[in-house]
Amino acid sequence: MISYLPYPVRIDEIKVETEDGNLKTFKLVFENETQRKAWKHVPGQFAMLSLAGQGEIPIGIASSPTEEGHLLFTVNRAGKVTTALHQMHMGERMGVRGPLGNGFPIDTDMKGKNIVIIAGGFAVTTLRATLIYLMEHRQDYGKITFIYGARTPGMLLYQNELQEWAKRDDVDLHITVDREAPGWDGLVGFVPTIAGQVAPSPENSVALICGPPIMIKFTMPPLEKIGWTDDQVYLSLENRMKCGEGVCCHCNVGPTLVCKDGPVFTRTQVRKLPVEY
Amino acid sequence: MKVFRLSQTELDNMVQGWSQNRRVYRPAAGRQQSTHADCAPGWERVAASTPLTLPPGPSKTSVKTFLFPQPETMQTYTLKSSDPDKGLMKEPQKATEKQIIVGLRPCDARSVKLNNLPFQEDPFYQVNLARTVMVGFTCSAMCATCFCDQMGGSPMGTEGLDIAISQVDGSFIAEVLTPVGEELTAEIRLTPAEDSEINALAERRKNSPQADFAKLDVLKGRDLNTLYKAALWQTLGESCINCGACTFNCPTCYCFDVQDEVVRGQGRRIRYWDSCMFPLYSLHTTGHNPRGQKMQRTRNRFMHKLKYFPERYGLFSCVGCGRCVKDCPVNIDIREVMSDLLAVE
Ligand SMILES: Cc1cc2nc3c(=O)[nH]c(=O)nc-3n(C[C@H](O)[C@H](O)[C@H](O)COP(=O)(O)OP(=O)(O)OC[C@H]3O[C@@H](n4cnc5c(N)ncnc54)[C@H](O)[C@@H]3O)c2cc1C
Ligand code: SF4
Repeated sequence: MISYLPYPVRIDEIKVETEDGNLKTFKLVFENETQRKAWKHVPGQFAMLSLAGQGEIPIGIASSPTEEGHLLFTVNRAGKVTTALHQMHMGERMGVRGPLGNGFPIDTDMKGKNIVIIAGGFAVTTLRATLIYLMEHRQDYGKITFIYGARTPGMLLYQNELQEWAKRDDVDLHITVDREAPGWDGLVGFVPTIAGQVAPSPENSVALICGPPIMIKFTMPPLEKIGWTDDQVYLSLENRMKCGEGVCCHCNVGPTLVCKDGPVFTRTQVRKLPVEY
Repeated sequence: MKVFRLSQTELDNMVQGWSQNRRVYRPAAGRQQSTHADCAPGWERVAASTPLTLPPGPSKTSVKTFLFPQPETMQTYTLKSSDPDKGLMKEPQKATEKQIIVGLRPCDARSVKLNNLPFQEDPFYQVNLARTVMVGFTCSAMCATCFCDQMGGSPMGTEGLDIAISQVDGSFIAEVLTPVGEELTAEIRLTPAEDSEINALAERRKNSPQADFAKLDVLKGRDLNTLYKAALWQTLGESCINCGACTFNCPTCYCFDVQDEVVRGQGRRIRYWDSCMFPLYSLHTTGHNPRGQKMQRTRNRFMHKLKYFPERYGLFSCVGCGRCVKDCPVNIDIREVMSDLLAVE
């Protein structure tokens, strides 16, 4: 039976991620030890964040299952609930319901393959979870390429971690910003362009792409040019949703329910659907 | 199966007897008396004085209000800073007392089973289903707006009912179909129906319109995207005003919204009926709306009933009660939509 009751959690830490202050990462710890132990998620899944008096919103889980004891969510201040969340303080109580959705195929299609992760803007959250998971299980996967872009250097999330990852020789990291910026000596250019330059051959590979629709649209042609096919590419859809359990119908794309059948789909699956996402 | 014959007085006495110590509801007779806060529009608690006669066709509002009531409290909480439980979501005590619904038609009884497909794992729906007893009235005649037979039901159908009551020659024949129905009828002394009466009922059933979905079933095999792109949606979308009347009165429209409500520091999270006819339904916070056009929303409603739902659950999400046909202010008729869809190549 479904439970719509959120688990009580406390805000353990709040980190402002971006220069505009619009993105914050919330570290949440369970109030109840049994619930903490029972929680099991895979990268790519999401949860409902619950604020009493405000509502519930679907947010991708930014922490990897290997980071035990807490959950991370990076939230963009957008409307009613996200604004209220941005005003919360450390130590305050809120709720988490989940994990929900299917997640990336870390144990199936991705196993033993080269992984290309392509992220644009703050859609990088569940891909952070994925990368950390892959690095913790490094021997299970082939070459890992991580391409991530933001508008400006100050809009990049997880900056300390990006520096750590850059030092590793088992991950091929490409961080880019849209335009030249003072103090920035890294890559400059849009994600699709960079992806076209650095993407490896599609042989025995899988790509995970998350970002604004326009980025996804322009990232595909350069990949296709070097032989990538739709069933090697995984995307994550976002639709307005309420229950997160496949009942309330809000997130339907044709017969498909994003919350239950997704949010992760292969591009082959997405192309068969009516364009209602 | 036990079968009884009752006169109008015996029927009224039986139902009023149940209402002594249980909640018994019936379609409202005449203008509704809103004396019972727990009763949805279109229905009333059975009172001692009103005899149980029903106009032909389904009740004004459907039976879904008893299984999927609105609003339904999902959680409660306090926001008082002095309370250590501040912000802690708690599940409300679930109602367990039986509710007996008298006078629903076979179409509505089927809708309960259809809705049970998406609500299979829904704790609130399941609790309500377990406490609801359905005493239905079969139909001697179909209204001009009825098409239950095309949707896999029939006017004399008993699917989903605990007791089915049919009017035969001035008296009532009650077929007791489930153990719960037996419990209810065991409380009273009733006259078993004669064999001739049982035979007459069987004859009536045989001659009534039978479930026939062969024609519509063709839709299940049709390509989804071809139906989705059909020209008919443009025309239909132009006349539909997206008022949502059809979705609210539909027994098998089951989508819901969830909202928080706080009064003087005490809050509750509630769910209530929503409608895919409304632009807010699918609006992203970014301003992007996957179904931003009126036509797309009209299409979603019909495609959901006739293609998306069958694709997920194997059955059409429509019981042919005809309420949407009656209530649509611009005279959209789902039967025409179905035949237009069947004609799409
Ligand atoms: C799978 C998934 C993963 C996501 N991951 C992330 C992530 O990692 N980070 C991130 O920042 N975002 C993420 N999002 C997007 C995020 O869910 C939305 O930005 C968020 O829901 C916005 O909520 P809001 O209350 O701030 O916005 P609003 O636009 O104010 O409203 C959204 C909700 O508020 C209520 N509401 C507000 N106004 C009304 C009204 N007039 N009528 C009825 N209801 C109303 C409703 O409950 C509604 O669903 C994700 C979305 C999905 C589907
Ligand atoms: S009742 Fe008629 S006009 Fe109103 S939303 Fe339904 S189909 Fe459209």
